[in-house]
Amino acid sequence: MAEILVFSEKDEIAFELLSKGRELKEGLGLGLAAALLGQEVEGRSGQYFSYGAEKVYLGESTLLADFYVEIYAQALQRMAEEGGAQILLLGSTKRGKELASRVAQKLGAGCITEAIDLRLEGGGLVADRYALGGNTVASQVIKTERKVIAVMPKTFEALPLEAGKGQTVRLELELPEPRVRVVERRAKEGEAVDIEEAETLVCIGRGLGAEEDLGMIWELAAALGAEVGCTKSPASDYGWLSEERIVGLSGKKCNPRLYLGIGISGQIQHTVGILGSKIIVAINKDPQAPIFKIADYGIVGDLYEVVPRLAERLTTP
Amino acid sequence: MQIVVCLKQIPDLQQIRIKRDSREPVLEGVPLLFGDMDKNALEEAVRIVEKEGGKVTALALGSPKLRDTIKEALAMGADEAVILTDPAFQGSDTVTTAKILAKAIEKIGPYDLILCGEGSTDNYSGQVPSRLAEILGLPQVTYVRQLEFTEGGLRATRDMEEALEIVEVPLPVLVSVTSEINEPRLASMIQILRAAKKPLQEWSAEDLGLSAAEVGKEASSLEIISNLAPEQERKNVTLEGEVDEVVEQLIDALTREGVIAR
Ligand SMILES: Cc1cc2nc3c(=O)[nH]c(=O)nc-3n(C[C@H](O)[C@H](O)[C@H](O)COP(=O)(O)OP(=O)(O)OC[C@H]3O[C@@H](n4cnc5c(N)ncnc54)[C@H](O)[C@@H]3O)c2cc1C
Repeated sequence: MAEILVFSEKDEIAFELLSKGRELKEGLGLGLAAALLGQEVEGRSGQYFSYGAEKVYLGESTLLADFYVEIYAQALQRMAEEGGAQILLLGSTKRGKELASRVAQKLGAGCITEAIDLRLEGGGLVADRYALGGNTVASQVIKTERKVIAVMPKTFEALPLEAGKGQTVRLELELPEPRVRVVERRAKEGEAVDIEEAETLVCIGRGLGAEEDLGMIWELAAALGAEVGCTKSPASDYGWLSEERIVGLSGKKCNPRLYLGIGISGQIQHTVGILGSKIIVAINKDPQAPIFKIADYGIVGDLYEVVPRLAERLTTP
Repeated sequence: MQIVVCLKQIPDLQQIRIKRDSREPVLEGVPLLFGDMDKNALEEAVRIVEKEGGKVTALALGSPKLRDTIKEALAMGADEAVILTDPAFQGSDTVTTAKILAKAIEKIGPYDLILCGEGSTDNYSGQVPSRLAEILGLPQVTYVRQLEFTEGGLRATRDMEEALEIVEVPLPVLVSVTSEINEPRLASMIQILRAAKKPLQEWSAEDLGLSAAEVGKEASSLEIISNLAPEQERKNVTLEGEVDEVVEQLIDALTREGVIAR
């Protein structure tokens, strides 16, 4: 039977996709399989069954120990062809995105990356993704027989089954030596912060002039019981905050009850991450800043005057 | 060093208006420009050639307005440019775009390096670099924020979610870059004037040996069933006056909304 094939280099994302796959396969009349790739992977197959995989393809090779997209794409292509996969669901991580595109090209398949929803409509599979930099949400259908979709992490909930079992299929893979070689890997300073869960979110942008000024932002956040997020530059360019705190298209999508944007112009790549907020407040000295268009309450003013005053008023009874 | 930089012509996203009733985007009259990270790719190519010698060819697929848009790439330092403006190309998706670009790259001639942005500023699907590498049979190194040349190849720092990954790869190779790799230059008036004299070629589907049926909307793998702005109802209240006053007003408003505890 033709199938849906799930793969992610991150198990938790694969489980999310398998959970959604269980729903989709009913409507489409397909089987549900998963791919495991790496040096030694067999031990993980049990968990995959418990999230609904009926079949798990095992691709074990020392050449798969590191993630080289060319090699992974070749292995995944083999698995897709073996089981006649009609739909490949991958995680839209950085690796997942490049893998989805490369394997789609190998399979002659259309592909959608960064999907934020999947559903069946009129018997077909529809995927939503942001388009025009976040101005719009495009609902798209892939017309090719094989379809590859990379889905954003945490789009679907991972729901384990009470009991799951299935079949493992070990494939002998003929893989070439990778042409790219990793010579060093430097872990980024990770931070265990989940701004997506915050009820109140204070975000800063390039309007903040210096790293020292973060002090007053943390004070305001403390007064509000808020987490601190940011636009791209304070994390990626200046390194003042960790990248886990970026809100927007390439960062986190947040649904706080209260969002406070401070020194943020409101470009669409940021605001797409705050549309789910109950109340949006903007503080910006430029009355023309686009963020005011999507704000419930806007203060036109200098953040260096407004923020300390606001923090003070919130802490004095 | 022979470098081809692929650039995508996109609408200026800040200037897109949304129709209030239908939530449709209005694209008519919106200026076209190159994607942000495509400019980073071009800047990187120009810096490499300034140091190592060689040639930068800017390659772009888009509307006939590219004849204007491409001048920016030439002014920024590309030595020559190829634009693909055949009406048959209109409505191309990532599959057909990669197909067309690959044909053009083969026609441009021998290359050492293909540079792209990690994604386009409008859709950020990131598919074209991978698809292009696959068609051309090249290794790919994506999400690069630092690039240097070594004996016979290059060393690149990839910006992954949880780590920086330093890789080495021989040439030829396809590299996609992030916005952190450099600060694209603004062309000077002299460079803009000089750009007009640089070689610019315009190729059609026929020039690339492609039939109209192989490209454009018909050959595209995607169908867009709707493309609308998300619904947003906001109060748009502007608080004005002295700092003390506006802060009071804000605290009152937020207390009324029940989003701060007082
Ligand atoms: C593919 C892609 C993905 C991206 N993803 C993201 C993303 O996920 N998240 C993100 O945030 N960005 C993202 N960006 C970047 C995005 O396009 C914008 O560049 C960014 O959001 C702008 O950040 P900003 O508002 O902090 O800076 P700016 O646009 O520079 O705005 C700074 C604002 O501060 C105001 N200001 C200055 N001084 C003061 C003061 N003293 N008091 C009050 N106001 C002041 C100014 O009036 C201005 O409006 C992405 C870009 C691309 C191309």
